[in-house]
Amino acid sequence: MANNSILVVGGGFAGITAALEAAEVGYDVTIVETNPYLGGRVAQLNQYFPKLCPPSCGLEIQFQRIKNNPRVRFYTMAEVASVSGGPGAYEVKIKQRPRHVNERCTACGECEKAAKTTVPNEFEFGLCQRKAVYKTHGFAFPFRYVLDPAGVPAEELEAIQAACPYEAIDLAEGEKVFDLTVGSIVYATGWKPYDLKNLDNLGSGKLKNVVSNMQMERLASPSGPTNGQILRPSDHKAPKRIAFVQCAGSRDQNHLNYCSYICCMASLKHVAYIRKNNPDAKVVIYYIDLRTPGRYDKFKKRILADEHLSLVKGKVAKIVEDKHKNPVVTVENAVTGIKSDETFDLVVLATGMQPTMAGQKVPASVLDEDGFVLGAEDKGVVAAGCAKSPLDVMKTAQSGTGAALKAIQNVVGR
Amino acid sequence: MAEKLGVYICGGCEIGKALDLAGLAEHVKNSKVAPLCKVIKTNPVLCSPEGVAEIEADIKAEGLDGVVVCACSPRVKWDIFRFGDKIQVERVNLREQCVWSFQDDAKVPGLLTLMAQDYVRMGVTRLSKAAIPAPEIPETSKTLMVLGGGFTGMTAALNAAALNRDVILVEKGDKLGGKALNMYKTFPLAAPYDKAQDTGIEKMVAAVSGNPKIKVLLNSTLESLEGAPGLFKATIAGSVYDVGAAILATGWVPGEAKHLEPFGYGTMKNVVTSAQFEEMAKSGKIVRPSDGKPAASVAFVLDMDLALKDVSYDAAAACEPPAPLAGDAPAEGEEKPFVYEQTESAKHLAISSEISSLVALKQAGYVAELNAGAVAMVLYDHMMVPGINEKYYKAAQDNASIMLTKAVVTGVTESGDGSLTVAAKDTLIGDSIELVADLVVLPTAVVPVTAYEPTMNFVYRQGPHFPDLKLFDGFVDSNYICFPYETRRTGVYAAGCAHQPMTMANARDDAAGAVLKAVQCIESINRGVAVHPRSGDLSFPVFNFVRCTQCKRCTEECPFGALDDDEKGTPKPNYTRCRRCGTCMGACPERVIKFDSYNVDQIGSTIKEVQVPDDMVKGGPRVIVLVCENDAYPALDMAAFRGKSWSPYVRFIPVRCLGSVNAIWVADAMSKGVDGVMLLGCKYGDDYQCHFVKGSELCSRRKENIAESLKRLGVEAERVEQYEVAIDEYDQIPGLIEKFMTEVITKFGPNPFKGY
Repeated sequence: MANNSILVVGGGFAGITAALEAAEVGYDVTIVETNPYLGGRVAQLNQYFPKLCPPSCGLEIQFQRIKNNPRVRFYTMAEVASVSGGPGAYEVKIKQRPRHVNERCTACGECEKAAKTTVPNEFEFGLCQRKAVYKTHGFAFPFRYVLDPAGVPAEELEAIQAACPYEAIDLAEGEKVFDLTVGSIVYATGWKPYDLKNLDNLGSGKLKNVVSNMQMERLASPSGPTNGQILRPSDHKAPKRIAFVQCAGSRDQNHLNYCSYICCMASLKHVAYIRKNNPDAKVVIYYIDLRTPGRYDKFKKRILADEHLSLVKGKVAKIVEDKHKNPVVTVENAVTGIKSDETFDLVVLATGMQPTMAGQKVPASVLDEDGFVLGAEDKGVVAAGCAKSPLDVMKTAQSGTGAALKAIQNVVGR
Repeated sequence: MAEKLGVYICGGCEIGKALDLAGLAEHVKNSKVAPLCKVIKTNPVLCSPEGVAEIEADIKAEGLDGVVVCACSPRVKWDIFRFGDKIQVERVNLREQCVWSFQDDAKVPGLLTLMAQDYVRMGVTRLSKAAIPAPEIPETSKTLMVLGGGFTGMTAALNAAALNRDVILVEKGDKLGGKALNMYKTFPLAAPYDKAQDTGIEKMVAAVSGNPKIKVLLNSTLESLEGAPGLFKATIAGSVYDVGAAILATGWVPGEAKHLEPFGYGTMKNVVTSAQFEEMAKSGKIVRPSDGKPAASVAFVLDMDLALKDVSYDAAAACEPPAPLAGDAPAEGEEKPFVYEQTESAKHLAISSEISSLVALKQAGYVAELNAGAVAMVLYDHMMVPGINEKYYKAAQDNASIMLTKAVVTGVTESGDGSLTVAAKDTLIGDSIELVADLVVLPTAVVPVTAYEPTMNFVYRQGPHFPDLKLFDGFVDSNYICFPYETRRTGVYAAGCAHQPMTMANARDDAAGAVLKAVQCIESINRGVAVHPRSGDLSFPVFNFVRCTQCKRCTEECPFGALDDDEKGTPKPNYTRCRRCGTCMGACPERVIKFDSYNVDQIGSTIKEVQVPDDMVKGGPRVIVLVCENDAYPALDMAAFRGKSWSPYVRFIPVRCLGSVNAIWVADAMSKGVDGVMLLGCKYGDDYQCHFVKGSELCSRRKENIAESLKRLGVEAERVEQYEVAIDEYDQIPGLIEKFMTEVITKFGPNPFKGY
């Protein structure tokens, strides 16, 4: 039977936008998100360029819109298992992993006090540990704990359960599978930071004081592992000499065969973070081209006026660490031709975006060679945001809004 | 008005441990708000299914029309405490704002109890002064008007028609197609992004012309747009059309030639712009204008440093000084005629860098294609091809007839035969080089039409144009990163190069997005609800004109230009332009404006529920904190979650926006003996974070007037302070409160009006 509801796969900025924009026209929308929270990558950012404003501000508006709109339903920790049927009547099977914390949770935090086992914190990109039962982050939506029982002793799980005053811990909860019928599907599955392990010459992610740009976001965030102090991981000292290595993986046919759009602006933004945190730190950006399109030019001019910032056109060939765990960067200046080894306290790799779906199968659609979702707009399968191509947040919002229209066009009149 | 209230006090999350719940309930029963409260109960865990069931049973049995939930923040358990459209709910934040953030002061006993008592009575009072809004739904037009018949406008029109909407497409010229008509090819629009392609514009023109849902008006401009979203009257070429919402896709014009003079443009015949070069390619011949000979070498200069030397990036210089608030200065007879300030500058060359780079790569490809054996040279500072278009750059790098280098171009000179020499430094092929070329091609800056003219020609009291376009260099852009379609004029959504400089691939998505927003605006009006950022809000400002003194504050301050006025200056509201921020309500000195669910009396009465001890030394001071509910309130919640605490003498009152804060509230607080008022709102200035654009800024300017009034009464102006608090500045809030309490309260002592 024809159906005029819309499935949005992915609850990051593109997905939330597509869902809300369609729902506010009057369509029923279901968001399926794999994380325990909505907001995606944006939730992990400290500030947006070029305004240096907090993403939680925009997310707060989006979450209010979801709260106030009964047409939007969402499932966290859920994924699309299969799609059958066709345009106007896609039969979708959704799998939802157990959260082990039910709707009685008040986020009071008693369970966390009873938990002992710790594992690397995924939300903080391993910069700190989290407990087995945890809140992903301060502004998490839905605002509810998650219990990850993997590797946690039975007695600890029982203690966690016993600590909850509200019977919110459900250790027996299993995976749920359920079916949806929808008219259109929006793929807003977003991106993941390119895996540092693949970058052998840049330390394979093993050098303590070489962090990714997304880790930098967490280091600068007031809710991050250092409460917003930019400190180097090895000794928690404020770095005085910092290098940014642009195109770490991007614009490289051995890694990501495209430009990741945001990294140049992100590194310039990080210079602003550093300047606020650490007024005297010296910063070098190693780049191929500084890509600051459109009106971002103004932000570039502002950051480049910083006298402690220097730019070197050149691709970094190698990073190793010295005995003090200081990263040593080997680089050839493309203009002067001079090769040199430079020692820093901290190196930030401007790692690129890889589409989340790269290497996976996407029901009812196909991927291009890089893993971007191509969609099939005539069949009501629409790709949005960074699932489709690398974009910044503003263009992601445009893409999500446009995708909502395409999804509606396919169900209108059905 | 809610008159039969149920008050429920939760004991969960340490509230029950910290407070005597029964005592708190008893306090409400014996207070002046008791007659409003039909039910007053405590519950160990109110958000449990049992707790909610109890409330639901009472609503049924007692006929409650309002529920005061004294538990946690309204930002959590929002889905649990919801009892249908007829029951109003007020949340009293005992958990985050009382118990979790409580900082005791040994000098005064029982502070937590006093605080909880205040908050519960304040919540009851606030709800008792609220009513469920019942908006009238106007008869709307569902027609979309698209301005501009180029690629973006036609894409928008076709998208709208595919939704079965009627479209009026307005084109200034005598045919559809816009800039794309003059293009030989465009850079890639789809995967694999490696080849220039046909624009497809002719097909699109045919599709638009043959579409029965689209009415095309050629040789036409929008002469005026009167009314409001859903109800617009558009005058186009002398005829009036009913229009629901509009898409602004008037595109761009080339930047002024004078900026290119440092590169020899205008004096050297063989220096052309990319727009001129494109026309040559379209005609099939790439020749030197000086002698008509085929160009054997073409240099594309992308580094624009020479043109940008004197460009100012000073944000302050770019922005208009704020107009004085109405009532600040006496009216000066005749109003000045409107002059649109144009915003075109050399800066548009820099802003157009992405388009310029892609165009240069595309046109470099034309060179060998059209002139066999000819070579192209591209001189760039930063090859501005972000994202997927890197693939197109790669394809150009693989093209043997194209030489690309980073370069800082220092000058162009002409020799006797008309050929040109481009001098450059800091290149990848040498420190200082000179390249000889038959033709030099300079970028064409993308300047939005709106940089030159108001375009929309709104018949609005605040003028025919979009405000703030200087901030966006003439583009009809949004200052919100998250909400790129939002401007200060409801119901008009920009797309394509009127919106931002963008490629055709981007414009295609952008046009679809703008159509969605336009349709959504009309549908929202048909449901009687507001659009962004209070989307879904049923409330709207109600005017009691009897009291209006025609002071014009509301009409001038509305950030969205929602209010027009008549000859006498009486405001004429346009509800479908309104975003429900309450700035008008905050501006009005006569309490003319109210919302059913939010009004001056309501907040004033809530303030008066704060118990102020007569003796500050014995009972402690009291400070009212008016908190923007959008960002500052969540920041307070977060601070409490992070274990922060603050003075037990402050009382928080959430407001829609600091723009809605009426000076009367400050007067109410002061006359009650409150020792200070803090205003917590969003950042303002060029990078404002105010959800209603101007609210926090207007509040800061009104605050100066409030300060004057206080001084006249002999009260220190510093007792009222505004603070800019972003949503992520939660760790700084306790410090702000601490500073205010020590600097203001300790320095000035008790409010002199205390006890009166």
